[in-house]
Amino acid sequence: MSTTTPPKPIDDAVGYADDRFATAGFLRGKMKKVFPDHWSFMLGEIALYSFVILLLSGTFLSLWFKPSMSEVIYHGSYTKLNGVSVSEAYDSTLRISFDIRGGLLMRQIHHWAAVLFLASIMVHMLRIFFTGAYRKPREINWLIGITMFTLAILEGLFGYSLPDDLLSGTGLRITQGVLQSIPIVGTYLFYFAFGGAFPGHDFIPRLYTVHVLLVPGLLLALVAAHLMIMWFQGHTQFPGKGKSNNTVTGKAFYPVFLIKTNAFFLFTFAVIAGLATFAQINPIWLFGPYTPDSITAGSQPDFYMGFLEGALRIMPNWETNLWGHTIGWNVLIPALVPLGLIMTGAALWPFIEQWATGDRRIHHLADRPRNAPFRTSVGMATVTFYGLLWLAGGNDVLADKFHVQLFWTTWIFRVTVIVGPFIAYFITKRICIGLQRSDAAELDHGVESGIITMMPSGEFVEVHEPVKENAEAVLRSKPVPAALPDAGEDENGIPSPASRGPLARARKALNNAFTADDIPMGNGHADGHGEPQVTAPGANGDDSTQDAAVEGGDHKELSRG
Amino acid sequence: MKWFTAWRRRPWAGYAVVLAALAIIGVVYAGASPGADRAQASDTKVSAQDVAKGKALFDQTCSSCHGANAQGTRTAPSLIGVGAASVDFQVSTGRMPAMNPGAQIPRKKRILNDEQTRQLAAYIASLGGGPPVPAADQVDPAHGDSALGGKLFRANCAQCHNFAGSGGALTGGKYAPPLDKATPTQIYEAMITGPQAMPVFNDTTVTPEQKRAIIAYVTQTRSEVNPGGSGLGRIGPVAEGLAGWLVGIGLMVIAAMWLTARKPKKKHND
Repeated sequence: MSTTTPPKPIDDAVGYADDRFATAGFLRGKMKKVFPDHWSFMLGEIALYSFVILLLSGTFLSLWFKPSMSEVIYHGSYTKLNGVSVSEAYDSTLRISFDIRGGLLMRQIHHWAAVLFLASIMVHMLRIFFTGAYRKPREINWLIGITMFTLAILEGLFGYSLPDDLLSGTGLRITQGVLQSIPIVGTYLFYFAFGGAFPGHDFIPRLYTVHVLLVPGLLLALVAAHLMIMWFQGHTQFPGKGKSNNTVTGKAFYPVFLIKTNAFFLFTFAVIAGLATFAQINPIWLFGPYTPDSITAGSQPDFYMGFLEGALRIMPNWETNLWGHTIGWNVLIPALVPLGLIMTGAALWPFIEQWATGDRRIHHLADRPRNAPFRTSVGMATVTFYGLLWLAGGNDVLADKFHVQLFWTTWIFRVTVIVGPFIAYFITKRICIGLQRSDAAELDHGVESGIITMMPSGEFVEVHEPVKENAEAVLRSKPVPAALPDAGEDENGIPSPASRGPLARARKALNNAFTADDIPMGNGHADGHGEPQVTAPGANGDDSTQDAAVEGGDHKELSRG
Repeated sequence: MKWFTAWRRRPWAGYAVVLAALAIIGVVYAGASPGADRAQASDTKVSAQDVAKGKALFDQTCSSCHGANAQGTRTAPSLIGVGAASVDFQVSTGRMPAMNPGAQIPRKKRILNDEQTRQLAAYIASLGGGPPVPAADQVDPAHGDSALGGKLFRANCAQCHNFAGSGGALTGGKYAPPLDKATPTQIYEAMITGPQAMPVFNDTTVTPEQKRAIIAYVTQTRSEVNPGGSGLGRIGPVAEGLAGWLVGIGLMVIAAMWLTARKPKKKHND
């Protein structure tokens, strides 16, 4: 930060606030707060700004939307539906689309913002996971994030269900089926939620209250907590020169970060408004009003529910009849198992990792994904699992557009959803280990410079340049795995009491998984070929070669290719 | 162009170009939507001469699969009693003569012209029964009630042909074709004859008046502009999700990379 005085308008404004609220002391520290700079650190901000846009556009829509299932005859600008009896919810959504100035744009902004909100939460979560940014001290914020993700999915589903169009109704029908499939209490849950037979007059108004009041309120509170914790704990940063657990390198909150983040809000708004202007979303006038006897090809939920839809589509038709009660595994399993596996797994992961590795240190430096092969591989296996279910949710579109037989897609997904994650796990692990080896080789042998030198003996070798300072700091950042306390054997080979029992064995196995594929970095084993190193650059006396070789440092290492 | 040279050497420039290219391809593909309509006149006057000419055409182009007397073979069904409407539908959409038998015969460029189609239809109709080619007034969208048609379409057609008639997948490699090219006459004929995987909607299930309403709905829907921008193929949330990820997240990631990119140094000697 420079020491020059700020421009007069800012100075005046700060002075005004300080005179009244004595904010200068408070702000002085906050303004200097350093934020590490990396594009992937801004992914969460897309979610934040989409959420702001969702709140504002949603408020606009709520001025005209009528959450009512009362039947009315449509007489509006969209003549193709003239005289059709529809619900008031559908009628008012059509009115917003065609008769309210700017209404269609607002609807499309709201919906595209929802898509971007969920998508950015997902990429943000993946960034956090793969860089280990959920580790101590950030576990609680990770849990808050998962809670918000779950709430956002629900919020999206509710919003999708409100206009009472053909796809909304189809989605609600599935929601009803899922509620009913819950053993013992299912029927009661369904009647409590819907207040009678499907679809009924109660559910849409109830959904509306939850959609505009309860969930946004919860989300707002959690967003605030999420950001405050982030501010308090500081942002993680990627390893590099001058970066450590105790130092932060980056830009000050004021003015650089503030300007950047404001610009990023405008970018988010521009992208959402651009999509809303040029790409039609949720054309409920084409879907038509919902009637329980109608259905359309291409009945899909919005993308964030797609993996559940996919699970439902590929699930075999299993049912059990017990004492006159049917347990519909065909609905229960796809509704609960993938969601439960992914969300519960993600929520527990930081604690499993701590337990298995015994690593309870504070981490402010993000991991490079390759340096945590087990985590990265499990992550990719999960991504594959999710991705395949997601694709399965669009199996009819895939079958239609790519000319694959529909039943084949079902079977392909049934098999790959089980096998795929294992393949992804294996491939990712090999890639991680390969990258680690290449890192280690770079540290030990230097970087291939692309310059071929002829030795006096006539031998050709490639000049290796030592790794640059910053790159070396990155390479050397690879953390040493924390040792598992008292899990081993003593000098007599007697296992310690803490290492016995099934739980301890599981812990040991997990610990092994976390730490096994660890390639040592830069242990100075040189080229390992036991041959003397040649340190004379530019042996053929060519000037340009010499220049190139001397430029970066004072000695160059030549090694045999 | 110095800035450009510096820009394209940035570490993320390659990713940015690939992302931008993907986004552009996605948008262009989604934006390209077919729309041409074809009018067709149907002449119902039939003479003995037409029947004879139709027989000659049949021998030449159809008999190898359907049998010399249209009695059907192992590869193709009998055509006795299918009626003129069926012939007109299959031949005017180019489905017949078929090129190779698969799960479903696709629509293609028609081989026989209107006159030949009429003669062929006359011959098949002369073999006995079957629905005739509908009159022009029966299929006139201008006389159909599209609101009623919409209701009927959603109850009877949308589950295969999609809410906007964009088509959809069926089992066993079959599919419900998109309705963007079908003429009003062809839509009527398809309903009354039930070609390939399609069920027959006879006049007691869906009355001629209702059929005309459905035709009105289909033709109005496909000629209707998308008020919200590109229709994204009118296939529903799958295309929307794809656009959201490719364009939305794609552009945002590029923006984030741009905002956090360090200024390139003047000298490249560090």
